[in-house]
Amino acid sequence: MQSTENQGKLWEVFIQAKPGQPFKHAGSIHAYDKEMAIENARDVYTRRNEGIALWVVPSDAIVAVTASEASSFFTPAHDKVYRHPTFYDLPDGVKQM
Amino acid sequence: MDDKVKYYLEIADNALILSYRLSENSSKGPFLEEDLACTNIALDLIGQAESLYNEAAKLNGKGQSGDDLAYRRSERDYFNTILVEQPNKDFAYIMVRQFFVDVFNYYFHTELSKSRDKYLAAVATKALKEATYHIRRSAEWMLRFGNGTEESNRRAQDAIDELWKYTGELFNASEADLNLRESGVSIDLKEVQSHWNLKVNEVLYLAHLKKPNNEFQLPGGKNGIHSEYMGLILTEMQYLPSKYPDAIW
Repeated sequence: MQSTENQGKLWEVFIQAKPGQPFKHAGSIHAYDKEMAIENARDVYTRRNEGIALWVVPSDAIVAVTASEASSFFTPAHDKVYRHPTFYDLPDGVKQM
Repeated sequence: MDDKVKYYLEIADNALILSYRLSENSSKGPFLEEDLACTNIALDLIGQAESLYNEAAKLNGKGQSGDDLAYRRSERDYFNTILVEQPNKDFAYIMVRQFFVDVFNYYFHTELSKSRDKYLAAVATKALKEATYHIRRSAEWMLRFGNGTEESNRRAQDAIDELWKYTGELFNASEADLNLRESGVSIDLKEVQSHWNLKVNEVLYLAHLKKPNNEFQLPGGKNGIHSEYMGLILTEMQYLPSKYPDAIW
């Protein structure tokens, strides 16, 4: 396995498929700088019409909840069904919710 | 050979042989992203070559296919510039070669998209979109090499010094090219050259790389006179169609 030290920083790639839709995480790439990051993201993830807009973010700029912290973060929501808007009927006109 | 067919082949061969060199790098890139980027460019170039070969085969009217033109000619019948056949000595060579050709292609296709030959103009318009991305990538690599480490600067400079003598040929108009000027099919390479010089000067300046002083130039490819590498490329590239003439996908 080749060393990854000379491949540059890790960046996360987000793609917007259509105007108005949210950017979705597509994966990650290596790059030395912003220009290279956006180009590598384009070459690795968007060559088959996956999207119309692209974000790259340095992976170390992302603040994340680790697996060991997950229970304290998320479990309290489990038994509070009233927090979900599932008791309402969606109007027919609403396409995405 | 008809002037128009010759002109088509010059452009197509340049794209095909460079794409061959780039695809040689497939699975050998410095890392995954660059590996994919190089093969993506190779694919763009093959697409351009294919359109031109198919049309040239029709114009030629000898019952050949585009594939026949791509894979069944002998060395002297290929008209690509010597620059694109130069080997992938290291990554700096690959990118410097690419940079020189990308800058050329960008301005060449800009002009060619105004050709009075509708087919050429259409191919050039499509190629220009691709070239716009290619030039962006390779120009940034020049900056990265030149302003990177001492070693990256040295390697890029070595490649520039070595490949410089093959760049002049890009702007030498062949006889076929000149014959097609009046009808507005071919385009003025002098125009392309002045843009090329400006852009290359600008990028090399920003990258702290030097333009070689040596003005010696080594042309030949457009007349079918190639470097020693061309025979090796064709031997490998034509192996399958020679050994299995009826092979299809």
